[in-house]
Amino acid sequence: MIRFVLGRIGFYALVAVVLAFFTLPLLWLVTAPFTADPTYEVRVPLPGGGRGDGGTAAFTWDNFRAVLEHPYALPSLYNSVLLSAGTAALVVLLAALAAYALSRVRLPGRDALLYVLLLLSSIITGTAAIVPLFQLAVELDLIDSRLGLVLILTGGLLPAAIFMLKDFMDSTPKSYEESARVFGASPLQIVRHVVVPLVRPGLATIAVWAVANVWGNFLMPYLLLSDVEKQPAAVITYTLYTEGGQANLRLLSTFGLLYSVPVVLMYLFVSKKYGFRFHGGIKR
Amino acid sequence: MAAIELRGLTKVYPGGVTALDALDLVVPDGEFFALLGPSGCGKTTLLRTIAGLEAATGGAVVIGGRDVTGVQPGERDVAMVFQDYALFPHMDVADNIAYPLRIKKVPKGARRGKAAEVGARLGLDGLMDRRPGQLSGGQQQRVALARVMATQAQAFLFDEPLSNLDARLRLEARTFLKKLQRELGVTTVFVTHDQAEALAMADRMAVMEAGHIRQIGTPAEVFQRPANTFVAAFIGSTPMNLLDATVRGDTLEVAGCKVPVPASAEGRLQDGERLVYGVRPEYMAYSDGPADAALAGKVAIVENLGASYLVTLDVGDVAVQAVVPEGREPAVGSDGHAVPRRDRALVYRDGELV
Ligand SMILES: Nc1ncnc2c1ncn2[C@@H]1O[C@H](COP(=O)(O)OP(=O)(O)O)[C@@H](O)[C@H]1O
Ligand SMILES: [Mg+2]
Repeated sequence: MIRFVLGRIGFYALVAVVLAFFTLPLLWLVTAPFTADPTYEVRVPLPGGGRGDGGTAAFTWDNFRAVLEHPYALPSLYNSVLLSAGTAALVVLLAALAAYALSRVRLPGRDALLYVLLLLSSIITGTAAIVPLFQLAVELDLIDSRLGLVLILTGGLLPAAIFMLKDFMDSTPKSYEESARVFGASPLQIVRHVVVPLVRPGLATIAVWAVANVWGNFLMPYLLLSDVEKQPAAVITYTLYTEGGQANLRLLSTFGLLYSVPVVLMYLFVSKKYGFRFHGGIKR
Repeated sequence: MAAIELRGLTKVYPGGVTALDALDLVVPDGEFFALLGPSGCGKTTLLRTIAGLEAATGGAVVIGGRDVTGVQPGERDVAMVFQDYALFPHMDVADNIAYPLRIKKVPKGARRGKAAEVGARLGLDGLMDRRPGQLSGGQQQRVALARVMATQAQAFLFDEPLSNLDARLRLEARTFLKKLQRELGVTTVFVTHDQAEALAMADRMAVMEAGHIRQIGTPAEVFQRPANTFVAAFIGSTPMNLLDATVRGDTLEVAGCKVPVPASAEGRLQDGERLVYGVRPEYMAYSDGPADAALAGKVAIVENLGASYLVTLDVGDVAVQAVVPEGREPAVGSDGHAVPRRDRALVYRDGELV
């Protein structure tokens, strides 16, 4: 009994330490943008704080003004939205069609194909393929083009997306579709009326996953987009330095906050709207 | 309304399982037809092949005089209730019922009206804007039925429509379904592995084994005169006594006792022939005292069936069962005598009825 209690205490102490390890950067992210001269410490921004009394700092909105005035900060967030929304839309559309076909049609060697695809996916967006991809983009005149970047990112995400969605579709019973088929629904009607609503949580998951992936991708846009005005937030973050070559913590922290908020909001929205509810209707 | 006719229907699955083996069957217009058989005998495959969800490997499916063997499911004018009901979880009850009409491009107002009408008929009013997940098993089953009714198809196919209901509800649903089919008069094929269900509901029935039909007939025919020992053993809530017998003149020697040759087999047996003698426990007259032409032994087990008892006698080294009315049940270990009814006893030669 004592051992059990001690074990529990030890376990929770460990959890607390791990939690603190992950929480501190987050705390810094939500406090630093509101402090007058951010450091690497976590300090509570208070009006009139920061006069030597430890743990507090002077509260200010100035950092946000600085970000607004930065010529590339806000446009880069817009670019990020454009890139990730475009990629997510393409990935969801193409992955859904491919996954549906792969899940419902028996092909010889289907599983082998899927695993090869999955293997390829880690190569396409991986560093190894950078040079050929760059050359391909140049040849196709897709260099320094957002469309080109969206296509390449889509290609990179598709295999894993197909893999995940196929798994999801495999677990939805076929009898829904067969039932609609006997009532005379055409294949397209079956997809629209039955399949899409049924796998909507899966589609939402893939969309969120694709957005998060593109949102955080640095290497691809850094290499394929040379025009600063087209670059997304992930790339712009690396340009936020002071004239002295030091990291500009005021801009960095504030921009970092603005950069994370949309993704967090998206997660909350999607999980509230689609969650992972399943309504039943198949009697088991 | 239409008759369903199967001619030499064969289904071989990729991988080599022959689920249906040259099946011939005619279900006349308006009939309530049961397909009965143990799990894995090909019942679902048969229904799916009629519906067009599986392509026949050989033979033909004819519905209402039209050969539909190569026709898409949606154009066969049949409606099917799946074993899991397959109600669309993202649509409410009304939309589920109205779905076949949506496919037929009936305007929204009209189809909700029709759904309400059919739903009311099946006692679903008040549930029309619930999701399937918010319904009980019995209600889901009725929604599935309502959806099929809304199609106004020529024939209905039900795959084990009652197997997902609990025992009590199943009895109610049985009566309900039979009444509904009678009122609608739509040709209906339903599949079940429960012999009591098939006997209770069907106008006619077929008993299947491993892709073959072993007997077709009315429930009374199948119950009273099973065409072979497979059907004999499968039908009946208490299994039929199937006992090895030898012909001795105009009697049969069964487990060391002598019983007369059954009326139906009279004059068709050869002296000394070895056969199987079959008689249902319900068709045995039981007495404590000695009786003529009885199977006599010691009472081994007495089981309560409610209004009657199932008595198992050890006759020599074989077990013989008889149903005894309540109040007359014997004590375990006492002597018992079971006299088979001569007009209900049967003999099987090589597994087939003589
Ligand atoms: N899609 C399939 N592929 C291969 N074999 C199948 C398939 N569906 C059913 N079978 C086989 O066909 C036989 C009949 O199955 P089924 O029609 O489902 O039987 P039942 O409905 O009578 O239980 C079984 O042996 C089963 O394993
Ligand atoms: Mg089945």
